[in-house]
Amino acid sequence: MTYLYLIYEFIKTGLFAIGGGMATIPFLHEVALKYDWFNTADLVDMIAISESTPGPIGVNMATFAGFEAAGVGGAVVSTLALVFPSYIIIMIIAGMMEKFQKNTYVQNSFVGLRPAVVGLLTVASVAIFKVSFFTEAGKTLEQWIGYFDYKAFVVFALLLFGVMKLKKHPIIYIGIGAVAGIVLQTYF
Amino acid sequence: MRELLELYTSFFKIGIMTFGGGMAMLPMLQAEVVENKHWATEDELLNYFAVGQCTPGIIAVNTATFVGFKEKKAIGALASTLGVVSPSIVIIMVIAAFMGNISEYPVVQNALWGIRLAACALIVSSIIKLFKSGVKDVFGLFMFLFAFMIAGVFGLSSVIVVISAIVFGNVYRIIKDKNKKKEETE
Repeated sequence: MTYLYLIYEFIKTGLFAIGGGMATIPFLHEVALKYDWFNTADLVDMIAISESTPGPIGVNMATFAGFEAAGVGGAVVSTLALVFPSYIIIMIIAGMMEKFQKNTYVQNSFVGLRPAVVGLLTVASVAIFKVSFFTEAGKTLEQWIGYFDYKAFVVFALLLFGVMKLKKHPIIYIGIGAVAGIVLQTYF
Repeated sequence: MRELLELYTSFFKIGIMTFGGGMAMLPMLQAEVVENKHWATEDELLNYFAVGQCTPGIIAVNTATFVGFKEKKAIGALASTLGVVSPSIVIIMVIAAFMGNISEYPVVQNALWGIRLAACALIVSSIIKLFKSGVKDVFGLFMFLFAFMIAGVFGLSSVIVVISAIVFGNVYRIIKDKNKKKEETE
């Protein structure tokens, strides 16, 4: 029975959470209140763990919630239920895009969309910059300046130089970042 | 069969190397899907992200479905979607079952501090690449700034940006075509 409730809740989340992993959190909060699978405090832990492990946050959250509710089977069922609506919707859109690719209006739309999406992605990246370069979120400009993490900025600048000049696979820089973090934050 | 396995393993790799949300996946997608496998061009990747912004679901999963469908239809989409979620299922279950809240260990926090900085550097480089392929003229620059203002400065929904971009794109092209015809007849 728990499986059916999980399928229902995660298809709903997958269908209505628009715009990335963080959008799943309000839905999971509702689940926490509605069932006795996990409580709000567990949810906070789940968010922290999902952010600190590989994989899309929304998928991590679904696996976690499903596992807490009904073990391994629950984790698999919840994750598949979460991605099921996207799978169907995207296939319909991809099929239509192939069919209407030559359509003038579709082409015109993408002329506007492509640069706009670059703008949206730039905005989305500001969030990760804020948590990376500032030790806390400030309220005034003075506070923001006070919270600025100079050490982080130097490491970032060196990594960026490496990324732009050496053109190695991204995972190399992730590995260097992890080691640099452990060494610098532990000993300096 | 070999192609399906390739889709699965490529997206498994993308899933396992992505720390943090959809933005962190962008550099991995560029490296694997565009540069390594040539399954999509930089422009197509932007198209997928555009659709992903205004459709439900997690952007990582949506992009995986798109690329898989383009290569091998429904079964390809299934392979790539399962690939991108497989690492999460395994890793999260191991952590949930045996380790408790790993984000409380100092060594994990310190490693993540550095990983986030690497992700920032990779994202900057990715956005520069996308800017080069997505913003090609004055109209493109206008759309880029428009989207940045609406979503970043005014904090409005990206759905509004997407709808306006479709309208602006069409109006711009129609006006441009008319002017061209006028010049030709004169």
